[in-house]
Amino acid sequence: MYEFKYHRPATVRQAANLLLKNEDAKVIAGGHTLLPVMKQRLASPPHLVDLSHIEGLDGIEMKGRSLVIGATATHNSVANSAIVGEAIPALAELAGLIGDPAVRHKGTIGGSLANNDPTADYPAACLALGATIVTNKRRLKPEEFFQGLFTTSLESDEIITKVMFPVPKKAAYIKFRNQASRYALVGVFVAKRPSDVRVAVTGAGSEGVFRVTSFEEALKKRFSPKALDGMTVPSDGLNGDLHGSAEYRAHLIAVLARRAVEAATAKPDASVA
Amino acid sequence: MAKISLVVNGNPVNANIDPRTLLVQFLRENLRLTGTHVGCDTSQCGACVVHLDGKAVKACTTLAVMADGHEVRTIEGLAADGAPLHPMQEAFREHHGLQCGFCTPGMIMTAVDLVHRKGHDLSDHTIREELEGNLCRCTGYQNIVQSIAAGAKAMAKSDLA
Repeated sequence: MYEFKYHRPATVRQAANLLLKNEDAKVIAGGHTLLPVMKQRLASPPHLVDLSHIEGLDGIEMKGRSLVIGATATHNSVANSAIVGEAIPALAELAGLIGDPAVRHKGTIGGSLANNDPTADYPAACLALGATIVTNKRRLKPEEFFQGLFTTSLESDEIITKVMFPVPKKAAYIKFRNQASRYALVGVFVAKRPSDVRVAVTGAGSEGVFRVTSFEEALKKRFSPKALDGMTVPSDGLNGDLHGSAEYRAHLIAVLARRAVEAATAKPDASVA
Repeated sequence: MAKISLVVNGNPVNANIDPRTLLVQFLRENLRLTGTHVGCDTSQCGACVVHLDGKAVKACTTLAVMADGHEVRTIEGLAADGAPLHPMQEAFREHHGLQCGFCTPGMIMTAVDLVHRKGHDLSDHTIREELEGNLCRCTGYQNIVQSIAAGAKAMAKSDLA
């Protein structure tokens, strides 16, 4: 790892000022993506701004009909939160599938979103549930926020503070894991919302997380695995690598989408919605 | 350089370190607590697992400077020198839960964290799921799973947490 200067702001405002003042500074919270990348010398930020000591940034609460999760809430606290488990159990399950227990003790939802790894889990949940990503400057819809591989619309002094998830009627996430890395080879998040159905796919798209509108329309007419019978997705624009070809990933998307609908229909309707 | 003060195995520690020092490096090289191992160095294998404020974390993927003001417990902190072993350590000895022993400190720290989170009565399935982030290249895991199940039960009767 190359040298860097370490900063520990006490507030989001201080953190933003540090980012503004120090060009190429990076934010760190759990560090479970950034540190491995720095150890490989693929990143060498001259300044690290540590958010982990800012108070009140890791809360989990219901606000009206939205579940609000603070940016530095760890995967472990989301996975085990009674509030998340009641409002959007699929989200708690998703968090519990990330990495391993020790990784979940450190990794954060804000970090996962800001990194926008094409195989990360949370982006699929945000896109399918129609979450709002709240920063120190503005509120962003997932379509505005995710901008392709490891790219977001976050400005250099912009920090995610929380994520707001409207509670869906039904939802489920099914992940086909890469056995070595535990990242999603393909992951499909299906959400039946009051007005529509959304199907978001992670792990497969060469530009990161995306929606399958043909599946969404079929499921809007009938929210059942049968609605997807015979439906496929083209392999154009999907990743192919040593873990699986683009055609294999396309096949997995259709299989996992059916399984996700099946899992979602097996759950009782959310009481809050 | 960055000044840090933390508590390691119950003892206050102050140091002036390069901010890029990893927690595992700090424990091994500065404090000479070499029970915590570096295996893969990529947060996969779990040989470096320690407890940070009571939660299992991978010390190879944590900056020492981020542990400033916090409490760290390593394998050396489970039982005092010369005193009887911690029940989880004893269970690994009793049930042959190790061969080369390289992964063992991480296995034991993960197991103790697991007991703190999920209690003393652990099914084999739970133990295997929870060992996802700990790799052993000798045993095939069977004896490790047995050791953890037995150690979890023994911890219920012990004063050592």
